Amino acid sequence: MNVVSSLAIELRNISKSFGSGESRVFANTDVNLSVRRGSIHAIVGENGAGKSTAMKILFGMQSADSGEVHVFGKSVRWRNPTEAMASGIGMVHQHFMLAGPHTVLENIVLGCENSSAFGILDTKKAASRLRELCERYSMPVDPDRAIEDLPVGVQQRVEILKLLYRDSQVFILDEPTAVLTPQEIEALFSNLRRLRDEGRTILIITHKLKEVLALSDEVTVLRQGKTVGSIQTKQASAELLAEWMVGRKVILDVKSEAESNPGVVRMKVTDLVLDSNHAMLKNVSLEVRAGEIVGVAGVEGNGQSELLRALLDPKNPLSLNSGKVELLGHDVSSWSSSQIRRLQVGFMPEDRHRDGMLLDESVELNILLGLQNHPAFVSEIPGVGGVIRKSALKQALERAWVDYDLRPRQSGIPGRSLSGGNQQKLVIAREFEHHPEFLVATHPTRGVDVGAIEWIHRKLFKARDQGTGILLVSSELDEILSLSDRIIVMFQGAVVAEFSRGNVSAQQLGLAMSGGLKGGHA
Amino acid sequence: MKLLRSLLALALGLSLGLAVTAMAGENPWHVLQVLIKGAFGTRYDLGMTLFYMTPLLFTGLAVTVAFRAGLFNIGAEGQLTMAALAAAAVGVLFPNVSAGWAWLFAFSAAAFVGGGWAAIAGWLKARRGSHEVISTIMLNFIAASIASYVTLYVLKNPETQSPETLAVGPGYFLPQIPGLGDSPVSGALVCGLLSAAVLSWVFERTRWGFEMKVVGQNESAARMAGISVGRVQILAMTLSGILAAGVALGEVLGSAHRFKLGFSPDYGFIGIAVALLARGSPLAVIPSAFLFGALHKGTADLDIETEHVTRDLTLVIQALIIATVSAEGLWDIWARRRNIKIKQKGAQAHG
Repeated sequence: MNVVSSLAIELRNISKSFGSGESRVFANTDVNLSVRRGSIHAIVGENGAGKSTAMKILFGMQSADSGEVHVFGKSVRWRNPTEAMASGIGMVHQHFMLAGPHTVLENIVLGCENSSAFGILDTKKAASRLRELCERYSMPVDPDRAIEDLPVGVQQRVEILKLLYRDSQVFILDEPTAVLTPQEIEALFSNLRRLRDEGRTILIITHKLKEVLALSDEVTVLRQGKTVGSIQTKQASAELLAEWMVGRKVILDVKSEAESNPGVVRMKVTDLVLDSNHAMLKNVSLEVRAGEIVGVAGVEGNGQSELLRALLDPKNPLSLNSGKVELLGHDVSSWSSSQIRRLQVGFMPEDRHRDGMLLDESVELNILLGLQNHPAFVSEIPGVGGVIRKSALKQALERAWVDYDLRPRQSGIPGRSLSGGNQQKLVIAREFEHHPEFLVATHPTRGVDVGAIEWIHRKLFKARDQGTGILLVSSELDEILSLSDRIIVMFQGAVVAEFSRGNVSAQQLGLAMSGGLKGGHA
Repeated sequence: MKLLRSLLALALGLSLGLAVTAMAGENPWHVLQVLIKGAFGTRYDLGMTLFYMTPLLFTGLAVTVAFRAGLFNIGAEGQLTMAALAAAAVGVLFPNVSAGWAWLFAFSAAAFVGGGWAAIAGWLKARRGSHEVISTIMLNFIAASIASYVTLYVLKNPETQSPETLAVGPGYFLPQIPGLGDSPVSGALVCGLLSAAVLSWVFERTRWGFEMKVVGQNESAARMAGISVGRVQILAMTLSGILAAGVALGEVLGSAHRFKLGFSPDYGFIGIAVALLARGSPLAVIPSAFLFGALHKGTADLDIETEHVTRDLTLVIQALIIATVSAEGLWDIWARRRNIKIKQKGAQAHG
């Protein structure tokens, strides 16, 4: 008991597989993890490295095929999350588990309601306890506001308060910074440090190495379902962790060798206005020239999606009330998306599963998506219509294998069987088949492995150097900062600031993203 | 795997259906014999099976096309009613068109009306957001009413008490397929088989087939790819209606040579079962329609040959097949069981 008791969590030789036969996937193979009580422990790894599976096993959402879970020195085997929560483990999921229409207080007491006789809820007691917690941890929230009216950062605060309300001793946070501005991230981190100093244990799953180094006490790296190693954060570096994650040396910050050399205007929008229930564009004007990357920074939901829809489908009254859209020298304000898709333009969608893939169809058909009017892939036969050229599709797939390192090199497999990074490579390969003069790259590296990020960034720089105008939309500030020749910031549907390369820090950008910087046109 | 599932569903549905007859006090083995003998006993029986298969081929394809674009066409019954009525009307109103292309003339009218009838539901779905299941059901009722009115008040055959129109001109008759003991199976069957083959090619090789698939699987990705979702939905529904109109070929031009009120024993609805069993493949619709045709023919003799079950058994078996085919969860349970067994075996081997 002497050594064990200092550990809050211990996973011993956890293995877990899904599926069967040839399609059997090993999510965890002998994963080992030791987390000291009262520490912040980061778990890093690429997509599919098995982080989430390990945490789901720890939280009782899934059961391990073999191996042991120890919590505060006791061996446990949970059947469901309720049992895990009862033992003091709490989890903040990447996609928050909150009931939107209900109030903060209702969400917090959900599942552990105090009731008096006849099952009447004792809301007064709950409210006073919540207020106390808010004050003690300086995390102000209005208990009577509906969740859906709160910004994402505050929703996350509610999730953390939920765990505090249950007096959880172990906090598992899955990618907690994905939707936060730099300022919000800083606030979150100081809260987490405070929780640690009180003796609670924090487990944080992330792929952002910078944050690992800034926040954690110890790091464990997973790769392909196995534990690569654990290390004191003081002794670690971003390069080392990346190497452990990928299994080879990785260049984290891709720099372009060449200066940008902007040419003719490839995309220009003037005074875009959209005013509907939730979506909004306020007089957005913007241009992208040949051979430059223009980054759009902003917290998600501040008009970026609306801007993209206006570019793709300007004719649709749901995407645009007024304004002018020009692409490659054409006024396309009254064009439909099928007309626009016949131009030499590429669109990398913001959510590739929702907008960019047919998960159950073959990789070949996924390549055809969006290229179905392209003469290289479909021959027009009079009286019959477009006939798919299977050989051209096969060649395009082979090009993707070679030029884009798409794996596995197997034809006919469904899109679903590719990893996140390879799905993104397929989307990129496909969009470059348009030989785009203008490319919209939305979250190009979201959910993509560290190794593939480097590769995708190089590809974008190469396209830029060959004269493609690129509009880059990303919520990763580092990505915006390292790729963009110019950066514009969107806040509540308007362009609130513009910076050129090298003239802005992450802090300034963060301030502009939260609306704190007005009219900063440089 | 798809094939295996369909075959298993079939076997399971049939066995359960026969189990029901056992519960009713019949010997299931005897019932099965009656079914098989009724469907394939003589050349004539086989001919009747093929005759029932023909309309099911068309409605099965109609439902399959709509499925591909993510639409559930419950309205094949109304579409085929309108189409058969149109074919008969053309044949009655222009009786002297000479043989050769007359059938094509009548079919064009049928396709136009049947396709148009389905297009209404497609348009309502694409432009007004009304669910196609609701609108096609409603259109079925309207079609039935129109058919009654036209048959009884406009084109009524005055020489008979039964509700049917006048006969079409002899130039419209489709040739019978010989060698099947004078059964009414006609060239319509050939048209149906060709339609399945052409449709299969359209699905696999053409942009149009691809666009339907994209719309059916992921509307959002379709929009992003520059596919007009509404246009594809309307066209898919229209094509579905045109295929349902093929029923007019066998029923009006190939056999009855007139429109008889209530000629269809719910071909449109059985077509849904045919399509479900075929799981989206036009070529698989052929054996599936053959099977349901055989079931329809085979059960016809149950009334005479057995004491406790009637031809309604065909409905029971159809329902059981639909239930087993669509019970996706059942297959998962089955697959999981198998995995566990494999694992246990592996463990034993290692232990």
